[in-house]
Amino acid sequence: MLSGLILIPLLGALAAWFIPSERGRPWVLPVVGIVHLAMTVEVLLVPPAPSPGRWLQLDPLGTLVLLSVSLLFLACAVYAVGYLNYRQERANRPLCAMLLVCLAAMTLVAISHHLGLLWVAMETTTLAMAPLIYFNRNARSIEATWKYLLICSVGIALALLGLLFLAYSTVVARMEPTLLLDPLVANASLLSPAWVKAAFVFLLVGFGTKMGLAPLHTWKPDAYGEAPGLVGALLSGGLVTCAFLGLMRVYQICTAAGGDGFYQDALVTLGLVSMATAAVFMARQADFKRMLAYSSVEHVGLLAVALGLGKGALVGALLHLVNNGLTKGVLFLTAGNIHRSYNSKRCEHVKGAMRRLPWSGGLFMAGFIAITGSPPFGPFVSEFSILSSAFVQGNSLVGGLALLLLAAIFIGMAGTVLPVVMGEPTRVEHTDYRDRFLTVAPPLALMAAVLLLGIWLPEPLRRIVAEGAQLLGGGR
Amino acid sequence: MNTVADQLIVLVMLINFAALGTGRLAVAIRAVALQGVILGILPVLIHSFSWHLVAITVGLILAKGILIPSLLTGAITKARITREMEPFIGYVPTLLIGAVLTALAFAFAAKLPLAPAHQGLLFVPAAIATLLTGFLLLVTRRKAISQVIGYLVLENGIFLFGLLLTEAMPVMVEAGALLDLIVGIFVMGIIINQISREFSSIDTSRLTALKE
Repeated sequence: MLSGLILIPLLGALAAWFIPSERGRPWVLPVVGIVHLAMTVEVLLVPPAPSPGRWLQLDPLGTLVLLSVSLLFLACAVYAVGYLNYRQERANRPLCAMLLVCLAAMTLVAISHHLGLLWVAMETTTLAMAPLIYFNRNARSIEATWKYLLICSVGIALALLGLLFLAYSTVVARMEPTLLLDPLVANASLLSPAWVKAAFVFLLVGFGTKMGLAPLHTWKPDAYGEAPGLVGALLSGGLVTCAFLGLMRVYQICTAAGGDGFYQDALVTLGLVSMATAAVFMARQADFKRMLAYSSVEHVGLLAVALGLGKGALVGALLHLVNNGLTKGVLFLTAGNIHRSYNSKRCEHVKGAMRRLPWSGGLFMAGFIAITGSPPFGPFVSEFSILSSAFVQGNSLVGGLALLLLAAIFIGMAGTVLPVVMGEPTRVEHTDYRDRFLTVAPPLALMAAVLLLGIWLPEPLRRIVAEGAQLLGGGR
Repeated sequence: MNTVADQLIVLVMLINFAALGTGRLAVAIRAVALQGVILGILPVLIHSFSWHLVAITVGLILAKGILIPSLLTGAITKARITREMEPFIGYVPTLLIGAVLTALAFAFAAKLPLAPAHQGLLFVPAAIATLLTGFLLLVTRRKAISQVIGYLVLENGIFLFGLLLTEAMPVMVEAGALLDLIVGIFVMGIIINQISREFSSIDTSRLTALKE
């Protein structure tokens, strides 16, 4: 059952590669997306047995990541049919095949309990995304792809060194060398503390690069800015989620190993630096897709802060992981629509999107309101629970700083988004791209999910989040 | 530990300097290929025989000694370049920095809390020195292909450390890691070709359209 979740997208990728018709090929994406989501829901209701050797198994953290990746992928897949139908001048074979390979790799990250395997899957997502960022085949997208590939490859190589350090800490402790999660967590207190600490630093740098924590985020605005909207959605909602899962696995081991608060402090500091960087670069951002990249830097920062705070903030962190992924899906997909319609992503050209594209403009606006943490949407609930936990823990400095930065980011982001959606339309060359069912329904569905999570948390999801927080050593 | 392995590790560190000091890309590619082949031979020398080790050796030699160098050589032939012109820092200064970093690596490794069996081995300082050399290449060179070579040297450093732990890494995971590396270099090669077509050069300092 678990391996089926990986095999189906891979078979889909093979099919997509061999289907000759440019118009027919994109339909493979939603078909695989639906099957994948159905299987995900099934493993959620009936937990499957772990694979022999316990390499592949589904725990609450993995389930949560799998669910949000699967939902987001289905939305992007449906969108892709409409989008690729409009962009018939580009061959879509690499895009379709690589999206599916990426889905398989992200699934493997979610269900892998062997850290080496998790690393291989994570590196595969990096490589599979590179051709997707290069979809537009111009000088700017080459530059973005090169920066993305080199920085992320080096980052992920450092994460491998971190994993080797982790394995070495078992050697120093005279244990059987292993990289399986369960024995590492169970015997964490026996591991050599110095090597675990070194491992944590390298893994934080490695997965932090992949997530885009400042100051390791430099590839992010370029890649998000130049990639098509649906690729941006998968990068910021899918890859970030997977990289954060990697970080949570490391956190599980490190907190079980104990320590003097070094891990927590490092996460909180890096998180706050990311939020501050985002606040600075978000102000007066002239390119609305790059602005979304900085919004992503902000939210991975908030996630790192929440993980560092621990205890009650962990529930908020897990909820925010889902909320952030889904809301970023709305924002990137609608930003893609606006970009196509105006044939520009510069704010001086794009004004008054609400009139040209009432649905996309409205959803972009709603996504902005949601991602900045306003009620009644999901991110409000999760951000509120993270910040309130900071104050409850007596950590007013972190809570206060985070609150201040969130306010600054709200103002900066509003300064870019409001003119784009509401402003007076300028006379620019118009394209015939308008809102269509296939490019509007997916962000609309995601938005509805974000709204739903803001007012009502379904019982199974609540249970998974609570169990996940417990795995991370949280609770009340 | 036997003396042959020690000699080979010294050779790995000397190759670091060759890669730092040369301006000819073909030489740098061959140097890194040789380094990869040595990394492939080392596990057989230091561990007792097992099929797992044979698989690692064959995989490493094929990937790092043959496949990746030929991909890179293909890329420089297509882009018609032979030399790294104007690195950000000259060759002699980078050689000196490389020497300092290697010395620091030895000092640092002596302080690490290694397992008793691994104390005093050349592995750990050589791994750290190679890693740092890779970083140095990455940040001081302009040409995309030189940066890929830097990335390869960095990876070699990590593999060198990994040789202490062959038991912890199952064959499947190692094969996966190696496959990822090859595909990664392959994709980088493709992008280098695209860069040279679009900019008529693979000088990455020209990639400056995207910034704040």
